[in-house]
Amino acid sequence: MAQSTAEQLPHHAPDGDGHAHDAAHAEHPFLAHHFDTPKHQFESGKLGIWLFLVTEVLFFGGLFCAYAIYRSLHPEIFVYAHYYLDTFWGAVNTGVLIVSSLTAAWAVRNAQLGEQKKLITNIIVTIALACCFLCVKYVEYSHKFHEHILPGRHFNPTHEAWELESYKKTHGEHAGAHGEEATAHDAAGDTHAAPAEAAPAAPGAPDAQGATAEAKKPPPGALARPRHVSVFFSIYFFMTGLHGVHVVAGIITWLWILRRAVRGEFGPQYFGAVDYAALYWHLVDLIWIYLFPLLYLIH
Amino acid sequence: MTSPSATADVLATPSEKSGENYLVHEKGILSWLLTLDHKRIGVMYLMCVLGAFLLGGVFALLVRTELFTPGRTIVDHDTYNQLFTLHGAVMVFLVIIPGIPAALGNFVLPLQLGAKDVAFPRLNLASWYLWVIGALFMVVSLITNAADTGWTFYTPYSTVTTTSVIPALFGAFILGFSSIFTGMNFITTMHKLRPPGMTWFRMPLFLWALYSTAVIQVLATPVLAITLLMLIVERVVGIGIFDPALGGDPVLFQHFFWFYSHPAVYIMIVPAFGVVSEIFPTFSRKRIFGYKFIALSSVAIAILGFLVWGHHMFTSGQSVVAATIFSAITFLIAIPTAIKVFNWIATMYKGRIHLDTPMLYALFFLWVFTIGGLTGVFLGVMSVDIHLHDTYFVVAHFHYVMMGGSITAFLAGVHYWWPKMTGRMYDEKLGRIACAILFVGLNLTFFPQFILGTRGMPRRYYNYLEEFQGLHQLSTIGAFTMGVAFALTAVYLLRSLKKGRVAPANPWGANTLEWRTPSPPAYYNFHNPPEVTGGPYEYADWVYNARVGGYERKTSDGH
Repeated sequence: MAQSTAEQLPHHAPDGDGHAHDAAHAEHPFLAHHFDTPKHQFESGKLGIWLFLVTEVLFFGGLFCAYAIYRSLHPEIFVYAHYYLDTFWGAVNTGVLIVSSLTAAWAVRNAQLGEQKKLITNIIVTIALACCFLCVKYVEYSHKFHEHILPGRHFNPTHEAWELESYKKTHGEHAGAHGEEATAHDAAGDTHAAPAEAAPAAPGAPDAQGATAEAKKPPPGALARPRHVSVFFSIYFFMTGLHGVHVVAGIITWLWILRRAVRGEFGPQYFGAVDYAALYWHLVDLIWIYLFPLLYLIH
Repeated sequence: MTSPSATADVLATPSEKSGENYLVHEKGILSWLLTLDHKRIGVMYLMCVLGAFLLGGVFALLVRTELFTPGRTIVDHDTYNQLFTLHGAVMVFLVIIPGIPAALGNFVLPLQLGAKDVAFPRLNLASWYLWVIGALFMVVSLITNAADTGWTFYTPYSTVTTTSVIPALFGAFILGFSSIFTGMNFITTMHKLRPPGMTWFRMPLFLWALYSTAVIQVLATPVLAITLLMLIVERVVGIGIFDPALGGDPVLFQHFFWFYSHPAVYIMIVPAFGVVSEIFPTFSRKRIFGYKFIALSSVAIAILGFLVWGHHMFTSGQSVVAATIFSAITFLIAIPTAIKVFNWIATMYKGRIHLDTPMLYALFFLWVFTIGGLTGVFLGVMSVDIHLHDTYFVVAHFHYVMMGGSITAFLAGVHYWWPKMTGRMYDEKLGRIACAILFVGLNLTFFPQFILGTRGMPRRYYNYLEEFQGLHQLSTIGAFTMGVAFALTAVYLLRSLKKGRVAPANPWGANTLEWRTPSPPAYYNFHNPPEVTGGPYEYADWVYNARVGGYERKTSDGH
């Protein structure tokens, strides 16, 4: 039973290419068979990881889009709700991630120069900082759960915004005393909230899903709780939660890179994996750098 | 330099004997499940996609059977909702979106490019595993009170229904990543693994189509992923993003969903355009007309496809200004599409036409896709769409393009590349008969649906007025006719694996690089990168050799 092989005859092909190709592969155990040189492999991987990062941007983009839509439609919700966020911890986390990006980039340099000890150290520090980030997140989240500041239909805060430290800091101890200033400051928010606020302010007012208990009546001049404040927290938890999932994925990735580094797999001819992991990590950092002001630093 | 007689000796060497062909090179189930060979991954995808097609097809036949009479025929209304939901979800996410890129593209792309594999073979295998896992989640939904929301999962119903929506959503979520990884792989492969001489404008048009599709996959699918995740979180946590009572907006879901799902339909059709762009020149023995126009029109369609999602939402309450813009851009997309159609026809003009089965499917595609595409433009006219939205007109439109377009081209591609993938020829006579039966069946199923739609029959309705029964019955008969065609196709294709004539390297006389390899190809594709000195559609150097039943090159010096 004859089968055709056409004119492609492996043993008669010009040998120059073949030998050089085989030699390159023998010298570089990490060079895959379908790439010609380590540089070729590295550049291809680089294109691949950038494409993946583009997909991540679009993935989070949907949430940023939802944020933009709801914020433009209901700015009063965002102004009211941001007092519940602790800017201090947010800033700490921002610093933590920025430093971890530094150690990640440094690790890539170490791999390129074949500096094994420094490479391992930097990877470990990156992982440690990432865990730090998660711990701070835990502190923030647990505080919120404790105060019943939860997403969507579970939103049922123990304290109103005007009772919080962060509000008092900006608006003075007695919000009512700085009545004029506070009223002027919150006028925009209030006029939006005004038609709606009768409902939550009045006791026994039905909220369609029974989502929130009646809001306490604010002192004169203070910011009353607008309807559907829970939207902010839905977006907050979704965005920071999804970001947190990506931090966890990053930690797992770095642990895998650490294992390979300890086994001495990286060097000047082969450092792609470290480079790509660092790129991913930089994106995770960048997303947080957008999240922080958009969620924590609203005025 | 080998003389023709030496070539004959070479042709007598079976690659099967040398153990080099990719099907036999390694043995055992693990050598398939852990393979990094794009050809094996392509074959596994093909089997999976065809299996899913069978599943989706069974749902379709159940739907059509139920619609044979008004009121209850075989199932109750809740079950009916589940049937059309699963039909749509399986067909869209498991069959048509992966379809041509994964099952044919994976096999053909590196060979046509002249590369040894795709850029990221492990990622390729991961794509396949993600498909399998996504499929399993769909099956979980199916067997645990299947979702009944329609494949579009519109809120608010999808947030309140008690059926198994979350497994279906999660399945689609995972399938999305399968698609994204394939897209990443293809883009990188085409940028980085072209051999010397293979410039962008010497690439076969199938590769241009796969490239454009890959760009859409990478950019659009993540938006679907986040949308499905939002819906899952909405159901589980009640975040309220789509719930007006909690400050959300159900139409927001539609915007997010269609932002992906419109480009998705171009993921479904652009590869089909690529397949027929290979078939028309080969079976006309004539260079493709307007190569650059066809190549760049795929890119244009990919870009424009991102700007028209609102045409699915003309009745949703979006602003008239927005609707007008969406409508205008929808008309624009008809232009690059029409350019292709005219170029294919011009390719055939004064060619020497060979009506082998792949060509019959390609001609079938041309006719049926044109109907489907034009009716899409009708729906793009706002004033018309107000009346036709959510009627059977829409159902007929998208089945003409998806079934008549994507699936027909998929079949064309399967028949075209079958000899290369399996090393066997199928029974040509049965191929032509099945194609003819399918043509009759498809038109019988879906043409009456255009009429049903214009007369007011709504889609997704279980019950209907007596006056629609005749047309529904015609449609159901057509559906079963299609079933017969597919069954026949399955029979002769499977039979060919054992009984088919051994395939030559180039049965069709095509000039693209995959036909320079043996049938089936060696596991390593090419020992050395082939040298590319001309375009992909030059046929002067190929001569038919009746003894082997295929074409050979006139000059044999290693090209």
